[in-house]
Amino acid sequence: MYNFDFEKPTTIADAVAALSSEDALPLGGGQTLIPTMKQRLASPSKLVSLSGIAEMTGVCQNDDGSLTIGGATTHATVAQQAGAYPALAALAAGIGDPAVRNRGTIGGSVANNDPAACYPSAVLASGATVITNAREIAADDFFQGMFTTALDEGEIITGVRFPVPQAANYQKFEQPASRFAMVGVFVAKYSNGVRVAVTGASEDGVFRWSEAEAALSQNFGPDALGGLSVSETGMISDLHGTSAYRAHLVAVMTKRAVAACC
Amino acid sequence: MPKDNGIGASSKRREDIRFLTGTGQYTDDINIHGQTHVYFLRSDMAHGRINSIDTSAAAAMPGVVRIFTGDDFQGIGGLPCGWQVTDKHGNPMQEPAHPVLAQGKVRHVGDPIAAVIAESLEQARDAAEAIDVDMTELPAVVDMKAALADGATKVHDDLDSNLCYDWGFVEENKAAVDAAFENAAHVTTLELVNNRLVANPMEPRVAVGDYNRANDESTLYTTSQNPHVIRLLMGAFVLGIPEHKLRVVAPDVGGGFGTKIFHYAEEAFCTFAARQINRPVKWTSSRSEAFMSDAHGRDHVTKIELALDADNNFQAIRTETYANMGAYLSTFAPSVPTWLHGTLMAGNYKTPLIYVNVKAVFTNTVPVDAYRGAGRPEATYQLERLVDKAARELGVDPIALRRQNFITEFPYATPVAVEYDTGDYVATMDKLEEIADLAGFEARRKESEARGKLRGLGVNCYIEACGIAPSNLVGQLGARAGLYDAATVRVNATGSISVMVGAHSHGQGHETAFPQVVADMLGIDENMIEIVHGDSSKIPFGMGTYGSRSLAVCGSAMVRATEKIINKAKKIASHLLEASEADIELKDGQFSVKGTDKSVAWGDVTLAAYVPHNYPLEDIEPGLEETAFYDPSNFTYPSGAYACEVEVDPDTGKVTVERFSAADDFGNIVNPMIVTGQVHGGVGQGIGQALLENCVYDENGQLLSASYMDYAMPRASDVPFYTVDHSCQTPCTHNPLGVKGCGEAGAIGSPPAVVNAVIDALQSGGHTHVTHIDMPVSPQRVWAAMQG
Repeated sequence: MYNFDFEKPTTIADAVAALSSEDALPLGGGQTLIPTMKQRLASPSKLVSLSGIAEMTGVCQNDDGSLTIGGATTHATVAQQAGAYPALAALAAGIGDPAVRNRGTIGGSVANNDPAACYPSAVLASGATVITNAREIAADDFFQGMFTTALDEGEIITGVRFPVPQAANYQKFEQPASRFAMVGVFVAKYSNGVRVAVTGASEDGVFRWSEAEAALSQNFGPDALGGLSVSETGMISDLHGTSAYRAHLVAVMTKRAVAACC
Repeated sequence: MPKDNGIGASSKRREDIRFLTGTGQYTDDINIHGQTHVYFLRSDMAHGRINSIDTSAAAAMPGVVRIFTGDDFQGIGGLPCGWQVTDKHGNPMQEPAHPVLAQGKVRHVGDPIAAVIAESLEQARDAAEAIDVDMTELPAVVDMKAALADGATKVHDDLDSNLCYDWGFVEENKAAVDAAFENAAHVTTLELVNNRLVANPMEPRVAVGDYNRANDESTLYTTSQNPHVIRLLMGAFVLGIPEHKLRVVAPDVGGGFGTKIFHYAEEAFCTFAARQINRPVKWTSSRSEAFMSDAHGRDHVTKIELALDADNNFQAIRTETYANMGAYLSTFAPSVPTWLHGTLMAGNYKTPLIYVNVKAVFTNTVPVDAYRGAGRPEATYQLERLVDKAARELGVDPIALRRQNFITEFPYATPVAVEYDTGDYVATMDKLEEIADLAGFEARRKESEARGKLRGLGVNCYIEACGIAPSNLVGQLGARAGLYDAATVRVNATGSISVMVGAHSHGQGHETAFPQVVADMLGIDENMIEIVHGDSSKIPFGMGTYGSRSLAVCGSAMVRATEKIINKAKKIASHLLEASEADIELKDGQFSVKGTDKSVAWGDVTLAAYVPHNYPLEDIEPGLEETAFYDPSNFTYPSGAYACEVEVDPDTGKVTVERFSAADDFGNIVNPMIVTGQVHGGVGQGIGQALLENCVYDENGQLLSASYMDYAMPRASDVPFYTVDHSCQTPCTHNPLGVKGCGEAGAIGSPPAVVNAVIDALQSGGHTHVTHIDMPVSPQRVWAAMQG
């Protein structure tokens, strides 16, 4: 690890100010950034910890029933406190191991947009809104490909607002070594339609499977998926699974997620 | 009534108190005043020519003490290989130099190019980034068969080719074996890969070199399974330090699994550099470094064939194996695919004719050497997969086919040069059928089917040769060391005992089990006895721990030394009791005169030995301390039968191990609880190899599985509760304890059981075209196999 400065502000405004210096990086739970720095693959001049900002932590239910989760809220807290959205709480409870869940944060995960992370699928399938210090960004506009998001430099995710669906489920098929999602599918059924988001599988990161959404919006049940499949083109191929295998798993996991909802 | 003391008692592991309370003393816990830290600049190229190394900018960096490169080791010995294999033409293997730091070329990712010593590790690492290495990348040699093709790039320019040796065993039998295949009623053929593994002990390797200018003595603290072997190899062959000026200490070691047997460059470097700079030098491997510098295991590509007659009797076995040596010969690498592999190819079966061919190949990969089982898992896997495939082809029950061909009479001389002294393969198979509830399997299969899962049963046998090894025999086979062991039993004045042993405990529980033996012989409380190991300045010259040898070899030395103690103590007792020595009996820690009520206690005798006021000084010396060396007359041959039940998810190909049962014959058993634990650990590693672990290089020699993000270690949730039984006991006939060793059995016996079970699940589930899947049997591979 190279030397760096460290700041732990207590307000969003102070955090934004601290991030204005060159090569400063925000630090969520550090579950990706710290190992990367230890390997000397990242060398920020300054780390600005977001974990001391009270207004960025916790889960609260809004008057319209939606759930807002502070950007610095750990997975463990979401698992415990997002009971109003059981599928989301279950997803959080299944990320990594207890150490990861007690350090890692939703804002960090969503901002990093790792193609194998769990949270982006929930955000996208829920049609959630990513709230930053500067604006609100619809999930459909937020994720822009592997490790790429709509965030500007120095912009902080202060929270994520999830509309709570009528039914939802997340199915993860774990990569055998890392236990990240080799394929993870989040299905959420709302009064105005069904959304299906897939993580782990695509070289473009999390994506919506629109054919499945259309079929499920017509008839919400595993049979509705019939012989639907995603193309293996653009799917990740690595040591653990070919693109054809990942495409196959997308259909299997989607069917399982729907079955778990019904 | 279970015993609570001595042989047969499940005494709790006394060493676990310090391991579990954070008070163990590992090598990384050793910090010496004035200590420096070394960081090794390692090659990121698999194969490259070093044109120049400029360390001038780095040397000026803060905290840098000194930078070494290969040039600093000109004239200093390279890392020696401890075993010379002779090829099928009678020629010695090709043996390349193995420099401490690369000289002229790098030959694998991770090959050390330079070593930076600084006041802190971070400073050393900063400076290493400032070293300017000019290298020309060369084509990487990765695939073994391609490595042997005409015109292939050579890993070592000064060798004739990338072939280390082409070994035929037994070469004289080859024609007869070929003839048996010509005449066979049925031939089963199987081609398979035994996947390359990384040992991954919980504690990474560490070395601390220290030099005392006052007495010109060097000390190396290191994570080793065998400190005396390291002292011999490093002192005599690398650095030229005589034994009396070199101390090697291996304190608490957090797991070895074979990979800490070998003498590594970092050990020699720290010892050498400490003397050069006259300050202690410490190196602690990171996990990333471990992946590219610890010796790897397995990595065989094999074709094996079985010839059967019309009655399904095994007639002949023929194998051809390519064994990866990696870029250099690790300490015992050449012996693993040959004498630890070919000699086991008979397995549990009376196959009259066997021919084993092994081509050992140099590639631009990390050196490969012994890993838990070392050669024997490779032999067992191919043989037991082959027998299973034969049974399917012949339409016979795989257990019945095995039983039909079992060796049933002992001693049994195999056609591959070893003689099994004892065993009862029928008994272990009977026991397995009972403990695994094989009768209930079909009902469990139906229950799985009802849940949409394919259930499979895999059964296999194994035999291994351990208690390594008779020195005169291994010397003929090319070993450059003896494989005896040694123990000193030092009885103290008040009767407590320190036993200094050559074996090294790095998880095996010697500190608990060894005292049980001595306590049993003397009839005293085992808590009066303490084991001392791991420090060459304290212990007699023993060869360390590997090959399931500690109790069979070092334990036997301890028995011999304790017998000497008893003999001398009886002389003292006879003097104290004024009785004839022949009439003295030792029971429950009391020496008594046969047929009388006269006795003296153990403590009276030991006190007399050290306070010899009333003592037969004219006949015997004071004191009570004896040493014995023990060299076994044969290997020991643990054996057993294993059963695995898996469920395959037909939608995803994911395999889960639902049940695993092990019926082992380890001969006599000292501590049943520790034996059970050893089997659990071994089976866990075997399941890891079968389902998860895989060390993969790409075609450029880059290590793809270089961290736990891509190298899948087994976790608790990947294994079931095991059913383990070791009540079948045919004691070893040639060591005084009748023990065989249990450390490797689980890792040897379990991989074929898992894979056999997966194939059974798929075949019974209608995927009859699937006859084999290479390990690791990952979800992706199972799914692909099902697609046809």
